Amino acid sequence: MTSLRERLRETLGPDMATPLAALALVVVVFSLYSPQFLTSGTFGAVAFQLPELGLLTLAMLLPILTGGLNLAITFTANIAGLTLAWVLQSQGGVQAGPGAFVIGVVLALAVGGASGLIMGLVIAYTKAHPILVSLSMMIFLRGLGEFLTRGGDISGFPAFIQPIGQGSILGIPIPLLIFIVCVLAWHLLLTRMKLGFNTLMIGSNIEAARYSGVNTRKVLILVYVLSGVMAAIAGIIMMARFNSVRVGHGESYLLITVLACFLGGVNPFGGFGRVLPVFVALVVLQLLSSGLNLIGANQHLATALWGILLVGVMVLRWAVGRLRLSRNGKV
Amino acid sequence: MRKLAHTHGTELSLIVVIALLCVFLSIMAPRFFTLGNAFDLLNTSSVNIIFAVGLLVVLIAGGIDISFAVAASVVQYVAATALIAIGGGGWVSGLLIAGGIGILLGAFNAFLIHTFRIISIVVTIATFNIYFGLLMFFTKGVSIYNLPDWLTTRVVLFEREAADGSWAEITLPVLVMAVCVVATWILIRHTTTGRQLYAFGDNPEGARRFGINIGAMQYIAFGWLGLMAGIGGLIQAHYAQEVVPNALYGRELDVLAAVVLGGARLGGGRGSVLGCVLGVLLVAITQNGLNLMGVSPFAFRMIVGAIILVAITLSSVNPQRLMRLVQGTGARP
Repeated sequence: MTSLRERLRETLGPDMATPLAALALVVVVFSLYSPQFLTSGTFGAVAFQLPELGLLTLAMLLPILTGGLNLAITFTANIAGLTLAWVLQSQGGVQAGPGAFVIGVVLALAVGGASGLIMGLVIAYTKAHPILVSLSMMIFLRGLGEFLTRGGDISGFPAFIQPIGQGSILGIPIPLLIFIVCVLAWHLLLTRMKLGFNTLMIGSNIEAARYSGVNTRKVLILVYVLSGVMAAIAGIIMMARFNSVRVGHGESYLLITVLACFLGGVNPFGGFGRVLPVFVALVVLQLLSSGLNLIGANQHLATALWGILLVGVMVLRWAVGRLRLSRNGKV
Repeated sequence: MRKLAHTHGTELSLIVVIALLCVFLSIMAPRFFTLGNAFDLLNTSSVNIIFAVGLLVVLIAGGIDISFAVAASVVQYVAATALIAIGGGGWVSGLLIAGGIGILLGAFNAFLIHTFRIISIVVTIATFNIYFGLLMFFTKGVSIYNLPDWLTTRVVLFEREAADGSWAEITLPVLVMAVCVVATWILIRHTTTGRQLYAFGDNPEGARRFGINIGAMQYIAFGWLGLMAGIGGLIQAHYAQEVVPNALYGRELDVLAAVVLGGARLGGGRGSVLGCVLGVLLVAITQNGLNLMGVSPFAFRMIVGAIILVAITLSSVNPQRLMRLVQGTGARP
């Protein structure tokens, strides 16, 4: 019994408290406001919208854990989507077969990985600040995408792609399934694998990690490659959901992904953070936006509330820290 | 000379790069090396330089600010509405209102950062969403076109007719930009507060033990950026002759890239006004040159991004190691 409680506490962890509290708050407030909130409709909408932001947030999470940022994720996703679209179009557009799709997906993931590889190499070997490196990569990729598409949409894909973005298996949306698989993969990576451990080590203290025999350059490069690949997955899902690719799609998610990570208790300096609280934080953000939608407010109010929520959570953490400090001081 | 290269390495290399770029562009595009084009460059870069020197102060103090560009949009909108409400106003009241609101928005960032000990990137990402979300919510994305006449009238400070009959003009934004640049230079180079900002950015704990009021440092740095964002916002409205709520959305990252290109360090304690201005100009000259060379506008950003990436990669290589490589001594320290 105790071991179960211990295990539960370990899974939930102290960083789980604030996202869960926020989740409870959002659910209670909205169900009081609107009787339609606690229906399958809301959760259906959340289930379809969550994966895009969620996959991009996973792409942002690993670099943040090393103490960096990857500001290029949204445009990496766009470029990956473009790659897939280009392969499909060259293989006959609407008539393209599953073979072309598989090749396209592999190429799209490779393109995402390549963008990460370049950033990882520059960051690992020159010690340039990741914000800057990924920022210039973002400007470059945005330019590249605009240059290739002339700012327009690309559409006209075979019909079997749509279910990836809009279909369901056993009532669970396929994008959500893909997202959950990715969440589990990231969770396993960070809790069970050497690479994940080394990622956190680098985030805590890169010099100490290097002196303990961690190949910090290799880890950093791998982290950014994985981040790019995850962004590419997000790009493929986005393409399937909208049945088109446009450079700039999902651009507004960029800073929201950072917000979601911080809301999920990830240390802004890196080194500490887990996947599950970030997942809960994502659900909170999406519920907040769907709930406001239901009441009739628009997305912009949700954006503002997301910001207020982040400030609120940070102030709460500060207050709890103060409380603990003063209590320890008395004892 | 060597001492100068040591203390002003970034600025010197930027000047060399800009000079080479100018020579190259003058050969490729005859229209580039004219007075008219130089003035155009200054006119169009003014707003970015005003933002950049503001952001520089925050970076020197060891912070970062993502929210200033949308804060400038908020200032534009509120100031324009207020000016129309009071029946027009003028440049003095306009600058006072815009600067005041800007300082308030900046001080709100400083308040959250200092009071609750939240790091600046978290706070400013939150306020970025709050400012932009509320602005779009309340304005419903509607632009303001009926600005007061004084705000939309172009003010030409200096003009000269070129040989081909075109006019080279310097307009008001350049003057405002110059005032902001000089004021920032005086603040960070010639006041005690400026030295304290550098010290605080380099080592906050050391600065605190030394008796520097770190709360004041945060308010001064973010307040200054707020002031610059306010002034820049008003000038942008003057330049564009309209207020569009999302016109400045996304500008923050472009300005950040240019400022860090100019030698400011994310992490604090380093950076100069000259480098910051040169960083913005390098990006502006590249775009302008590509435009005159007839390169497709769609390719601009791609090339600019690639140039920044290369510049950052090169400038992050240890300069002393580079010097040794150049001199070929190869001595290990």
